[in-house]
Amino acid sequence: MNRSPGSFSRAVLFLFVGLLAGLGLGILLHTLTSGVFNATYFADIPSWMLGFLLGTLGFFYGLLGYFGVVRGLIFQVLGTLLGAGLVSAVRALLKTSFFDLATFGLTEPAWVFGGLVGAVAFLAGVGALSDWWKWARGEETHDHHEDIPGWRKYFGVSLDHKVIGIQYTFTSLLLLSVGGLFALIFRTELAKSGLDIISLNFYNTLMSLHGMVMIVSILVGIAGVINYLVPLLIGAQDMAFPRLNAFSYWVAVPAAVLLLASLGLGGFDTGWTGYPPLASRAPVGIQMFYLGVWVAGWSSILGALNLIVTVLRMRAKGMTAFRMPIFVWASLATSIISLTATQLIGLSFQMSMFQRLFGMPFFDAAKGGNPVLFQHLFWFYSHPAVYVFVLPGLGIISELLPVFVRKPLFGYRWVALSSIGIALVGFLVWAHHMFTSGMNEYLRVPFMYSTLLVAVPTGVKFFSWVATLYKGKITTPVPMLFVLGGIVVFLMGGLSGPPNATVSTDLHLHDTYFIVGHFHDTMFGGYIFPFFAALYYWFPKATGKRLNETLGKWHFWLMTPSFLILTLFMMRVGLLGMRRRIADYDPALGFDPWHLAMTIAAFGIALAVLIFFYNIYKTLKSDQMATGNIWNSRSPEWQVPSPMPAHNYDHEFEVVGEPYDYGLPGSTYVKM
Amino acid sequence: MQNMRHYVIMAVLVVVVAVLTYSGLNSLGLMPVAASAQALPIDWLFDLQVKAMAFFFAVVIVPLAYSLIVFRRRDGDTSEGEHIEGNTPLELTWTAIPLVIVIAMGYIGASNLAQIRAVDPQAAQIKVTGFQWGWRFEYPQGFTSNTLYLPADQQVVLQMESLDVLHSFWVPEFRLKQDLVPGRITEYRITPTRVGDYKVRCAEICGTSHAYMEAPVKVVSRADYDIWVADQTAQAQAAAAASAGQPDAGRGRTLYEESGCKACHSLDGSKGVGPTWKGLFEESVALADGTSVTADEAYLIESIKMPGAKTVEGYPPNAMPSFTYLKDGQVADLVAFIKTLK
Repeated sequence: MNRSPGSFSRAVLFLFVGLLAGLGLGILLHTLTSGVFNATYFADIPSWMLGFLLGTLGFFYGLLGYFGVVRGLIFQVLGTLLGAGLVSAVRALLKTSFFDLATFGLTEPAWVFGGLVGAVAFLAGVGALSDWWKWARGEETHDHHEDIPGWRKYFGVSLDHKVIGIQYTFTSLLLLSVGGLFALIFRTELAKSGLDIISLNFYNTLMSLHGMVMIVSILVGIAGVINYLVPLLIGAQDMAFPRLNAFSYWVAVPAAVLLLASLGLGGFDTGWTGYPPLASRAPVGIQMFYLGVWVAGWSSILGALNLIVTVLRMRAKGMTAFRMPIFVWASLATSIISLTATQLIGLSFQMSMFQRLFGMPFFDAAKGGNPVLFQHLFWFYSHPAVYVFVLPGLGIISELLPVFVRKPLFGYRWVALSSIGIALVGFLVWAHHMFTSGMNEYLRVPFMYSTLLVAVPTGVKFFSWVATLYKGKITTPVPMLFVLGGIVVFLMGGLSGPPNATVSTDLHLHDTYFIVGHFHDTMFGGYIFPFFAALYYWFPKATGKRLNETLGKWHFWLMTPSFLILTLFMMRVGLLGMRRRIADYDPALGFDPWHLAMTIAAFGIALAVLIFFYNIYKTLKSDQMATGNIWNSRSPEWQVPSPMPAHNYDHEFEVVGEPYDYGLPGSTYVKM
Repeated sequence: MQNMRHYVIMAVLVVVVAVLTYSGLNSLGLMPVAASAQALPIDWLFDLQVKAMAFFFAVVIVPLAYSLIVFRRRDGDTSEGEHIEGNTPLELTWTAIPLVIVIAMGYIGASNLAQIRAVDPQAAQIKVTGFQWGWRFEYPQGFTSNTLYLPADQQVVLQMESLDVLHSFWVPEFRLKQDLVPGRITEYRITPTRVGDYKVRCAEICGTSHAYMEAPVKVVSRADYDIWVADQTAQAQAAAAASAGQPDAGRGRTLYEESGCKACHSLDGSKGVGPTWKGLFEESVALADGTSVTADEAYLIESIKMPGAKTVEGYPPNAMPSFTYLKDGQVADLVAFIKTLK
C-alpha cells in the first residue's frame, strides 16, 4: 500500500457509506416526488443503483483518494447532470416540456445528452485527453510517461501497453463478474416454472444486460490480452499510438457505466439485440443501453486501428509475415473485423435512438420505415463480432499447444490463413440470423451456403490442432487443461452450428434454447477457456508469480463439467420447445428438472470462477517468485526475466528461426 | 509401421465412437412429436445432420483423447516431440473434403426448403393477428377465435399480421417458425397431419409478458372441423344480430378478454400499458396536451375506433393498435361493459 492516501479498510468503509447514502438519497427523492413515504421504496431498483454508484465511487475514493478513475467518475456524474440540465433548461425555455417534479425535469432527451456529456467528461476527468489538450495549446509532453510505482498506476492514465493491458483485463474480469451475477439471478428465477423472485421487467432487463455486459467484457478482455502481448511478441517498445491506446481503454469505462445505468432508468425489455419496434416502446433504459454500446464501439474501432498499425509497422527485424507468432495473426484478423464492422452496430443503434428522440421513423412501418432494416444493419456487425470474440481465443489455443506438446504447430501457414479466411467469410453470413424475419425468401439460400462455408477454415484449425497433438510429448499443467477444454467445448459449439445454418432446420431451432446452448459453447470454447488459459500462462510474465496449480485444477475440473451440463441441457430443452428470452415456462412441458440442473450447473461455474479469483488473491500475497522461462517457451517474452521490465526489451531482438520449431535441435526463434 | 498401428486403432475407435454417439443421441428422442407434413423433411435433414455431427465429433475427439493418453510425457522423460511441421497434401485433403460436404449440405438444404415450401393451390386461408400479448385468428367464414382450429391433412396458409411489435409464430410440433412484422403480412404454410392439442408460442421477444403469449392450437379431423366452423359461424351471426339491437355487457366482457384489451387495460384500477377501465365511465380524464375530457360514450367509442385521437396523460402516444375489425354493435358491447365497472 505504498504512497497511497487511502487503505483497503477505508475503501470498504466508504463503500458502505456510499451505498447507504445513495440508497437514502434515492428513497428521499422518491418520498419528495410522490409526497408520501412507502416502505416498498427500500426495494426500489433506481435507488439501489444510485447506492451502487456512490458505493463504487466511495470504494475507489477510499482506496485512491481524488485520483484517476475517481476523478473520472465524479466528472461523469457532474457532466451527466450538466448535460441533462442544459437540455432541460433549453426545453423549458422553448416550452416543449414543463418542469415535472416527478422526474426533476429530466426527460428522455435530457438523459441521452447528459449521458453523452458525462462520457466525455469522464475522459477529461480521468486525464485521457490531457496530452492532446496540451498539444493543442502548444505545450510539450513526454514521449514516455514515467508511471508512479506500485499498484496505483493501474487506476489512472498510463501510456504503457502492459499497464493498459492489465487495466483492460481487470475491467474485463469485473464486467464478467457483473454479467455472471445477472445470469445467476435470472437463472435462479428459471430453476422452476412460475415467476417467483423477480418481476417480468427486471428479468428482461437482467437477461438483456447479461448479453451486452458479457459482450463488452469479452471485447475488453481480448483488448487486454492483445495489448499486453502483441508488442512483446513482435518486439515493439509499445503500441504505435500510446495515447490513442489509453483513450481506447478509458472510453470503455464510462460506456460500461452507461450500460449499467440503464438498470436505474426503468430497464428495458428487448434483449441485447434491441430490435425496434419493441425498443421504441421500451423505458428510457434502452437509450442508456444504446448509448453505452455506441460509446464502447469507439474503444473497439480505435483499438483495432492501433493494433493493425502496430503489427504492420513495428515488427522486429527478420519477422516476416509467416514468422509472426500465430496469436499476432489472430489479433490482426480480429482487428480487421473490429475496424470495419463496428460502425454498423453503432449506426443501427444511433438510428433507433434518433427514432425515439427526434421521431425519425427509420424502422416505423406506420410511417414508411422498415423494421427488418434494423436487423440487417445490426447483424452486419453482430455476426462478425462473434469472430472478433473467438479468433483471438483460437489464436491462444494455437499459440500454447506447441509449448505443451513440444512439437511444431501443425500446418502453421494454414492455421494463420484460416483466421483471415474466417474473418473474411464472416462478413458474408449475417442474414442467417434472420431466416424467420420475413426477409426475402430466396435470399436465405445464398446465406445458408456462405454460413456453412465457415465450417471449412474452422475445420482446418481443429484438424491442425489434433495433428499437433499426435506424436507430441504432452504435459497438462493448468494452462494446457484450459486449452484442451477450449478445443472440446468449441467443438461442441462448432458441431451444433450447421443445423442453424441450414434454413429448414433453423426454422425450428431459431430463437430457442438450442441456439442459446450453441452460442454459449462457441463463446466459452472460443473465448472463456482460452482466456483463462492465457491468464494462467502469462500471469507469471506480468507479475513474476505463478498461479497455484491445485486451485487451478479445481477451477478447471469444476467449471468444465458444469458448463457442459449447462449447455447440453439448454440444447436438449430447446429442441423440445423451450423458447429463449422467456421469464417463465409452461410446467406442462416438463422442463422443470432440466432447468433445476442448469441452475445448479450455473452456480458450479460461478464457484469455479470464485476459486480463480481466490487463486489470484493468494498468489499475489505470496512471496514465491517465478521469474524464469517456466514453460520452456521459444517465444521472445520468455527469454527475459519476469515481471516484464518497464520498457520491454533492452536491445531489439532479431528473428532467426521459425516460431514453433520445438523438437528441432539447436534452433531458436529469436536472437536476443 | 508404428504409424500404421496408431492409424488403425484410431480409425476403429472413430467408427465405434461415431456409432455410439449417434445411437445415443437418437435414443434420447431429440425432437418433439411430428404433427405436420413439413416436419417430416425437416426431421429427416436434422437426423442427417446429427449423423454428421456424431462423425465429426469422433474424428476430432478420438485422436485428441488417443494422443493425450498414448503421447503423454512419461515421468523423467525430458525429450521433445517429433519435429513434424505439417503436411500439405493432408491440409489440402481436410480442406477439400469438408468443402465438398458443405456444398452438398447446402444443396440438400435448399431442396429441403423447397419441399417444405411446396404450395397447394387448394390451401385454406386463416388470418392471424399477434399483439402484446395474445393471438387472434380470423376465419374466412366471418368469425374470430382465440383457439386456432385446423383441419388435419389439408394445407393451410396463415396470413399473419402484427398490431404492435415483432412476434413469431411457432408450434414446436409443426417445426416451422415465422415472424410477424408490423406493416406487412407474412405467410405461414402448414399441413397438419396429427390430430391433437398443441400450443402456439411467441418465439420473438415482444416485451415483458413475452413468456405468456400463447394460444391453443387444435388439429381436428375434417368432419369435426366442418362442424366447428358451422357452429362458430352461427354463433357469430347470432351475436352480431343481438349486438345490433341491444348492447350487452356480458358480450362486452367476452370481447374484452378475447380481443386483447385485457393485455393493457386492467379492471382493478392498476396501471398497465394503458389506463385502467375501473371507474372510467363519466370520469374526467386528463389528456397529454394539458386539456381534459369527460369519459362519456362518445369518448369511449372514439378511443376504441381511433385510438390515436386522444392520448391520456402519462401514457405514450399511439401505443394502442387499431381494432377496426370490431363492428359497431361490438364496440357498443364494450362500452356497455365499461359502464358496469364502477
